[in-house]
Amino acid sequence: MVSQEERELHVLAVDDSPVDRALISKLLRSSKFRVTSVDSAQRALELLDLESNVNMIFTDYSMPEMTGYDLLKRVKGSSELKKIPVVIMSSENVPNRICSCLEEGAEDFLIKPVRRDDVSRLCNRVLKC
Amino acid sequence: MDYVHLRRQAASLRKGLFDQGYLDEQFYQLEDLQDDASPNFVEEVVTLFFRDSARLMANIDQALDKCVKDFNKLDVYMQQLKGSCTSIGASRMKTDCSAFRECCRDENIEGCMRSFQKIKREHSVLRQKLESYFQLLRQAGPVECATRPNK
Repeated sequence: MVSQEERELHVLAVDDSPVDRALISKLLRSSKFRVTSVDSAQRALELLDLESNVNMIFTDYSMPEMTGYDLLKRVKGSSELKKIPVVIMSSENVPNRICSCLEEGAEDFLIKPVRRDDVSRLCNRVLKC
Repeated sequence: MDYVHLRRQAASLRKGLFDQGYLDEQFYQLEDLQDDASPNFVEEVVTLFFRDSARLMANIDQALDKCVKDFNKLDVYMQQLKGSCTSIGASRMKTDCSAFRECCRDENIEGCMRSFQKIKREHSVLRQKLESYFQLLRQAGPVECATRPNK
């Protein structure tokens, strides 16, 4: 018998801002995802190492030490993780940054503040839910 | 206790925050996310904002106190503060953060100091107004209380 936890899609939210972490977590939970949120790319990698059931990653771009772009490269460079869709979020609309992320394999690049519609649209497109 | 009156006061305070430009449309998004699973979501996020913004502003204060000004570092801190302001709909603060960042780009330290003083004032006013608003909401209680018959 499949538990509710197993039925729910699991999204990893990565953001060093506690305000944005609370927001994106709530947005995703409102869309019926199970959410784990962490405050750094390093912690995200540690969790991905332990958990094999992350279905999608939403990460902020600008974070100290390791950016969302660095995290994206690590995920897409890993044979175990590369199939996980990664969405980048940023408060700044920098075309070069957006292009680099999309070229590196990001599913989408969202300008903050992220809205409910952004999450629904991505969910429908990426996870077919 | 007159819950209807308290609710009206809270609504008036809230309207004032939008009319006077302290808050923008993003605040509606926060309210829209509040539900039975998170009945105090807006207040929780606003509390997080004031805690985090106080920390960022202390960092900026320290950086401005240094003899040699690191405009890149100041800009990074202010970018973080501006991001948080944007996320809760703190419109006036967001505008003042942008002004500070312009001064950083121009390496205009007096401009940075002036705009930072303005940010601090706006932060303080917004905090007072939102604290009053949430206090009124708490006193007024859930909407069902407003319709409880007097005994």
